[in-house]
Amino acid sequence: MRRASWRGSRRSWTTSPRTRSDGRHPADRATGPVTPPGVEERRLGAARALEVRRLGTVGYADGLALQESLVRRRREGSAPDTLLLLEHPHVITLGTGSHPEHVLADAAERARLGIELYETGRGGDVTYHGPGQLVGYPILDLKPDRTDLHRYLRDLEEALIVAASALGVRAARVSGLTGVWTPTGKLAAIGVRVSSGWITSHGFALNVHTDLRYFASIVPCGIRDRDVTSLERELGRRVTLAEAQEAVVEAFSQVFGVGVM
Amino acid sequence: MARIEVPMPQMGESIAEGTVSKWLKQVGDTVERDEPILEISTDKVDAEIPAPSSGTLVEIAVSEGATVEVGTVVAYIDSEGGAPATNGRPAAEAAAAEGGATPGAEAPATEVAEGGVAVATRPAETTREASVPESRPAEPPSVGDATGPASAEERLRTRSTPVVRRIAEEHGIDIASVHGTGHAGRVTKQDILGFIESGAVPAPTPGQAAAAPAPAERPAAPAPSPREAAKAPAAATAPAAASAVPSDLWKRFYGEVQHPEFPVREADRVEAMDKIRRLTAEHMVVAKRIAPHVHSFIEIDFTAIDRIRNANKGKWAEQGTKVSYTAFVAWGTSRVLREFPMVNSTVSGNNVIYRGNVNLGMAVDLNPGLIVPVIKDADDLSLVGIARKLGDLADRARSRQLLPDEIQGATFSITNPGVLGTMVGMPIIPKGTSAILGTGAIEKRVVVVEDPETGEDAIAVRKRALFSMGYDHRIVDGADAARFLARLKEVLDDFPEDA
Repeated sequence: MRRASWRGSRRSWTTSPRTRSDGRHPADRATGPVTPPGVEERRLGAARALEVRRLGTVGYADGLALQESLVRRRREGSAPDTLLLLEHPHVITLGTGSHPEHVLADAAERARLGIELYETGRGGDVTYHGPGQLVGYPILDLKPDRTDLHRYLRDLEEALIVAASALGVRAARVSGLTGVWTPTGKLAAIGVRVSSGWITSHGFALNVHTDLRYFASIVPCGIRDRDVTSLERELGRRVTLAEAQEAVVEAFSQVFGVGVM
Repeated sequence: MARIEVPMPQMGESIAEGTVSKWLKQVGDTVERDEPILEISTDKVDAEIPAPSSGTLVEIAVSEGATVEVGTVVAYIDSEGGAPATNGRPAAEAAAAEGGATPGAEAPATEVAEGGVAVATRPAETTREASVPESRPAEPPSVGDATGPASAEERLRTRSTPVVRRIAEEHGIDIASVHGTGHAGRVTKQDILGFIESGAVPAPTPGQAAAAPAPAERPAAPAPSPREAAKAPAAATAPAAASAVPSDLWKRFYGEVQHPEFPVREADRVEAMDKIRRLTAEHMVVAKRIAPHVHSFIEIDFTAIDRIRNANKGKWAEQGTKVSYTAFVAWGTSRVLREFPMVNSTVSGNNVIYRGNVNLGMAVDLNPGLIVPVIKDADDLSLVGIARKLGDLADRARSRQLLPDEIQGATFSITNPGVLGTMVGMPIIPKGTSAILGTGAIEKRVVVVEDPETGEDAIAVRKRALFSMGYDHRIVDGADAARFLARLKEVLDDFPEDA
């Protein structure tokens, strides 16, 4: 008898802390008939896992190739959900919704500043990546229970808001403008691609201690009347990429209800 | 006629419409099930939409740039392969496809998945499997076979396991160029590894991908180079096929251990880990992550060992040897290990390797750092033999003169946190072994002993130590560990005079 009651209390303990921000629980679909003893452990073990890969500085083209390869493997089932965290050298990228006129720096200017230019398959307009910016590419299979692009975008925003908050920056969403914002400006840009089979790629770019002057070479995300900002600018102190990286990993595990490997 | 509608898909609860950003296929093109045929965009997201069925794209109903409501039909696919787009497909094959247009013939067509699209779990699955042997190169393609540019032979060869495809990709190898010895000419892992070893791998040429005549399947592609881009008008960066992932990036990606990073504060000092520290750090993380650790403890009485040690000290000193407590423990352990093969084993894949030798890894503190030299075949050595070997290895470990061979091949390890006074430790099991013994500080303790003759209890002072054993619970059960420790206690408590 004592044994049975112990199991019961354990079950309620294990589920409560993993409740998602939207009130749904990742294991909800697993509830149903009364589970035989020992099943709780297995269900927990089977809860989603996310492999985090901290790659340091990666060239933009190499990052693209890696993502494509991982998307393919994710689809085949030979790779787990993975979060790539990295930094790019100076680069301007054009999303599929880009307006070329939002690249303000001409070829000569870009060459002078050492900025590369890439056209890429993510959604969204023009953006800039460079040193001091934490870039995250989640390669997730949203099937079967997360097949909602808006929900995915809001989850990405949520994770970045939680991470910023952990570092002492209050950030928020702005209705109609995907991304993460502070009153000063845009803290993180988001642009996502979903390949056949609901596999995500591309993702977010969080300004940690980015040299914001580089954003002058573009109209970030095609939005002219808003500024960009960084964690460093918001806090008035140096924030390292490592610090932001771990905050993001922690926030991801909370928001996406995943165990981080 | 099976004219299949391709609707604007529902990409989210609050998404009511989508914009067709690009048609990846044109009217008349042959499409394979799950192959991306168009791209749509919604706010900040671009999505490839896969074909719901194999066949021929016969009509595009919504042009690029147009925004339509979810559910609107954007295209039609003729699943029986319309006449216009056979792409020079052999007439026989087309006829076969035509003739095979019976109910249910559609399902086998899902296997086109040349790039390894996840196999659909349909009832027709078994039919599909059964049809594979029929697709041998010498025979006409079976009804359900893929339509597309690749020959049946090429398809079979490229339909290799994910492992093989991964290796091929990481080395930039076209699988079709490897001789396959597997079923129906499939390329096996051995084939591809042999191919790599033979040095036949061509050096990857950066321009190769761009020069390929294949249509740009993957729009997410880099511009040729910043300089070239600069020559062209602004943003004239034509999408090209993806470049390969450089091997050093794969290496970083696969680095077994990625240590989280932490902020540095003003008064802190940051130093790179030296090689021993780096290897130790990686080893510990992997060892702890893989093996489910359990620890059990037992108290050992050193009274008998102490007596033997004191009685022989002089004799051993004359022979130039010092026999430490550790040597006694190593001797006893090596004998007991013979009786417990699972403690002297390792889990390897789905197998267990029971080691044929008893090689004891003995942790030596280098302060800073630690190294674990190995006493090979410890169970063949006498107590003095073990003591000599131990002294020699420890000396050379401290002067950094160990040979690589002397720190490899341990089948069981002993660590001695007690040497510095620690009561007991919970050591991590080195990877590739299934257990480790930790010896706590040997201290005089007040204990209750029973007089063997009168059976009366008495309080006595005894030299005792707590031993802990960490073991890999995949292979060593709790009772195994308990029996091992009990047996070890028996041997050490009543240490033989003639060891």
